Formats: sequence, structure tokens, C-alpha cells
Amino acid sequence: MAELRGVGIGLGVARGPVARMAEPLPPPSDAPSTLSADEESARVKDAVAAVARELEQRGAQAGGAAQDVLEAQAMMAEDPSLADEVATRLAQGKTGEFAVFDAFASFRDQLTALGGYLGERAADLDDVAQRVIARLRGEPAPGVPDPGHPFVLVAKDLAPADTALLDLDKVLALITTEGGPTSHTAILAREKSIVAIVGAADAASLREGETVIVDAAAGVVTTEPTPDELERAQHRAEDRASASSAPITDGALADGTPVPLLANLGKPEAAADAVALGAEGVGLFRTEFLFLSSAQAPTVEQQRESYTQLLSAFPGKKVVVRVLDAGADKPLAFLNDAHEENPALGLRGIRALRASEDILREQLTALAEADAATRRMPGGAADLWVMAPMVATVEEAVYFTDLARDYGIKTAGVMVEVPSSALLADRILSYTDFASIGTNDLTQYTMAADRLLGSVASLQDPWHPAVLRLIREVGDAGRINRKPVGICGEAAADPLLAVVLVGLGATSLSMAPTALADVRATLLQHTLDDARVIAEAALAANDAASARTAAQAAATR
Amino acid sequence: MPSISRTVRIGSAHGLHARPAKMFAQAAKEAGIPITVAKDSGAPVNAASILGVIALGVEQGDYVTLTADGDGAEAALDTLAELLTTDHDAA
Repeated sequence: MAELRGVGIGLGVARGPVARMAEPLPPPSDAPSTLSADEESARVKDAVAAVARELEQRGAQAGGAAQDVLEAQAMMAEDPSLADEVATRLAQGKTGEFAVFDAFASFRDQLTALGGYLGERAADLDDVAQRVIARLRGEPAPGVPDPGHPFVLVAKDLAPADTALLDLDKVLALITTEGGPTSHTAILAREKSIVAIVGAADAASLREGETVIVDAAAGVVTTEPTPDELERAQHRAEDRASASSAPITDGALADGTPVPLLANLGKPEAAADAVALGAEGVGLFRTEFLFLSSAQAPTVEQQRESYTQLLSAFPGKKVVVRVLDAGADKPLAFLNDAHEENPALGLRGIRALRASEDILREQLTALAEADAATRRMPGGAADLWVMAPMVATVEEAVYFTDLARDYGIKTAGVMVEVPSSALLADRILSYTDFASIGTNDLTQYTMAADRLLGSVASLQDPWHPAVLRLIREVGDAGRINRKPVGICGEAAADPLLAVVLVGLGATSLSMAPTALADVRATLLQHTLDDARVIAEAALAANDAASARTAAQAAATR
Repeated sequence: MPSISRTVRIGSAHGLHARPAKMFAQAAKEAGIPITVAKDSGAPVNAASILGVIALGVEQGDYVTLTADGDGAEAALDTLAELLTTDHDAA
């Protein structure tokens, strides 16, 4: 066997024979056209219109996020700037094929030079160009193969037009040699729950028809698998399928230690779905949705209504509401409109709220009123907890806790997302009622890697032992102070990492509701002592990948 | 009729990329009058061109200047300015 590595999307595993995506067409030669410029122009016009209509039609068929992408591509085909560039080249006697190729290339180079997210959009452009050129040549557009049986699709990078219409009964898994975690392949694979590994450069060497195991949870493609490995992969896939249909129980370890499983929500309307998936409450309710796209903060009345609706959906359950987390990737004009060179290190979270304290006071007022309004509910009132985002100092923790208590909030805590607050968690937890670790930001700040930047995405891994060590600090601080320590962030949705987090001292886990079943099933396989041993194994590693491997080995021992 | 201009700050977390760029270019096209967009003091491009708009590489927090000419220029710029200051990726 041999292993290829890439970035896994999701937690699935699949096995099957490789089928490759057709290679892109060779670039057209720059021979002079035998047609007049007008004739060439008419050909190009017909071809771009046909491609645009086809992309729109595929978009309408696919719906969702894919539709936006495909409609954008249709607009690219008929773009007026492109038409100008093509016309200039046709006037010089070029063929339609070459004019389209060369005109698109000029835009492509601009995007590639910009790099990052925009560089990845260059693939969308290439796809449109290929389709138009194929149409001009009267050839079929390059696309997904159809070997007549289910297959593992291997491609350089999938175009949105291809991903959107993948036949999910046929495609067992996706592997791309290019593209990062923000590529369309990754986004759409997540949306459709396709087992996928992106950016596996070595996958270019995979042979047509050879059987591979695609393990997205580990980010590994195994070639020439042994019968034993194939069987294990099959078992894992079956376990995962049965876990998602297992009866819903409260989150707990094998020894009965309860680990409440909570939901991350952004809208009160999402509560019903979360309950149906077995959420025992809300571990993170983001209040930004109420404020985004508005020039002013919503009124106390508007907020009270939303919070009442949320609390009413969880009678007798815990609901942790995070006050406004503005700044960096979530700008709110009325809280911070200054241009900052490094907004992630700027006036955000609790810092921005202190600078506009009236907004924080209004939010606490609305929360306390909603709490009072739902207190006599049948089945018992929800247990409202309120926390502040981006707390970096003990002083900020004291400030927020005192203010929240002034408004009658019974349980007030802070989010640990900055290494400073993780390191001083013992002192912070002596003042606050609880802490909740936001693993995405904690990873970003620990690794000094912008979470929105594709080029440093490999550093954005919560398995990194540096991040785990900080989480252990908070877990220990929770034990010493007898205060709960929750996790809300992508990390809790990774089943094995969830076990590690509990081993490090987390007392509850909050995640996207769709991840609850996998995590519930995995927790039930390990005792608290097991979890501690698995966590120790991960902590002892030097990097994220070996921490994951070490934890896996410890978990199967 | 003299052309009118307006400078706005980008609200979308993904800047003017795929989806926001599409919405913007579509709206500019539907306005039916010549509209250009420029990043900072850079060269203006046709606002109805999704390729031109994407290639500007506009990020969240950047300032862009819209310029329109003709009947309804004022209203068209109002619509476009609102599109640009809204965060379409936040929902």
C-alpha cells in the first residue's frame, strides 16, 4: 500500500475504482483564420450564447449554492469586456478559438496574480473558456466520465458545472490534485456530503480503474489497499451509516459520563431541526444575524422577540447566547467602521462592544427580558447562559461578567479564543460562571494563520498540539474552579477530536446539528479514562497530522 | 448630462468575488446606462462586466468609486451602493 495526502472534506470514507476526468483540450494554435472577422465574430457569438444557456440550465437544475456559481459562469461567457477583447483579436485575423482562449487567458492571469481565493476562481474561468472552445470546434465539452459503474472521481479540480450535476449514485468519492479548502469542489462536496479530498497533488499518478480507499477524516488516499484495509474501510462506512440512523440518546461516554451535545445556531427558526437531530440545547447562538445588513442596531423589542422565540424552543434546556461578535470576517458598520490593516487583530468582539457600550447594554436588556418572559413555560424555562466573544484579558472577563449580572443574567461567561485567555483561564474562571472555547479562532490566533486565507489553510488545524495544550489549560482551570468548559467550533464536530477534547477537560460539545449523530456514536465507544489516554497521545505529537494519527492509534488499541 | 460618482466601502466578507460580483454586475447591466467601477484610484472598468469586476480583486473594507452617466444615474448608483455595502455572505 501507499498513501497520498490532501485536505479531507468531511468525515466520510469510501472505496472504489478510479475514473479520471477528461484532460483539458490542448490550447488552440495561433494560425491566421481563413474566415473574415465578421464570420468569426458570428461563430463566437453563437458559441458563447449556447454555453451561457447551457450553464444557466444546469444551474436551474442544480439549485442552491451551485446555481449562483453557474449563473456567474454564464455571465462570464457573455461578458462585455471579454467581447471587446475577443473583437480586438478577431480584427487582427485570429481564429475564434484562439481569440477566446487568449482573451480569457488575459483575465485568468490577472486573477492568478491576485492569488488566494481569487486565484482559485481562475478555475471557473478556465472551465468557461474550455466549454466555448469545445463548442467552436464541435467537440463535446470536457467533463465527468461515465465508466458504467460507481467510481472514485479523480480530477485536477472540478468545475462548478461538473460538481453541481454529479450523479451521487455513481460517484463514490472525489479526489482533486489542485484546489484548496475554499475551492468550489470543497464547498459543494461539503454541501452534498460527498467524501472528498482536495489538493492531493500526487493523485495525478493514480491509474484508471485501480482501487483506492478515500479517507476524508484523515485526508489520506490509500492505493493498493490490502483486503484487510478494504474491509476496515467498508466497516467504517457502514458504522457511519448506522450511526446516523441510531436512536437518539443524550451524549455520554461508554462509562456513562454525560457529555451534553449542543447545537450551534444562527437563527431561532433552526431550533426545531436541531431538536430533531438530538441537540440537548444550544451551545452557541450567534446573535450577529439580527444585526447584519443593517445600518443600525435592532431595537430592544425586536431582539427580545427573537430571543423569546429561541428560548421557547428549548424548555428545560441550556441555551448559550453569545453577545454580538462583530469585526474581522463579520463587519458591522455601526460598531466598527474604521479601516484596519489587520482586522482579526483589531477592534472586534468584546472590544468593539465596550467601545459602543449602549449596544451591549441593550442586548443584555433584551436577553434578560426574554428570559423573564419565558420563565413560566410548560416543561420549564430554558436555562439562559450569556457569553462574551474574543475575551483576551482577565479584566475584560470581569467587566463583562459584572455587567451581565447587573442586568440579571444568572449565568455569565466568556469565550476562550485567544491564547492569552486560555493561559489565564484559571483566573478568568474564578470570576465567570463558565468558559466556552471557540476552536476556529483559537487555532487562528495560536498558529498566526488567517482562517479565511487558503494559502495558510494547512496551519488552520485544531489538531495541532499547540492548540490542544491551550485547551488542556482551560480544561484544567475548569476542574480546579468546578466550572463548566464547553467547546463550540468545528473541532467538536470531528468525532475523534471530540473524544480528545473531552479527555482534555471539556464538559460539553456544541456543533452544527448535522454532526451530532457521528459524535454521539463515537463518544459511546470510549470511557473517560480512554479519552484521557487518547488526548495524551495527541498532546505528545509534534504536529497536527501526527496528533491525529496518534489519537487514532490510541483509540483503536 | 454630467456624470456622477460615488465612493463606497465594500461590506461583503468575500469582497467582490463570485456571488457578490455576479449580483453587482447583473444590477449594473440591468440599469441600462454606462456605469464604471474603480478600486481606489485605479482605472475604471465596465461595471456590467463580471470579469472586469472580479479582476479588480476588491476585498472587504476596500473603497470603490462608481461613476454613471445618463438618465436614472442617481437611482442606479443608489441601488449599486446598497448592494456593495451589504454583506451577502453573512446569512
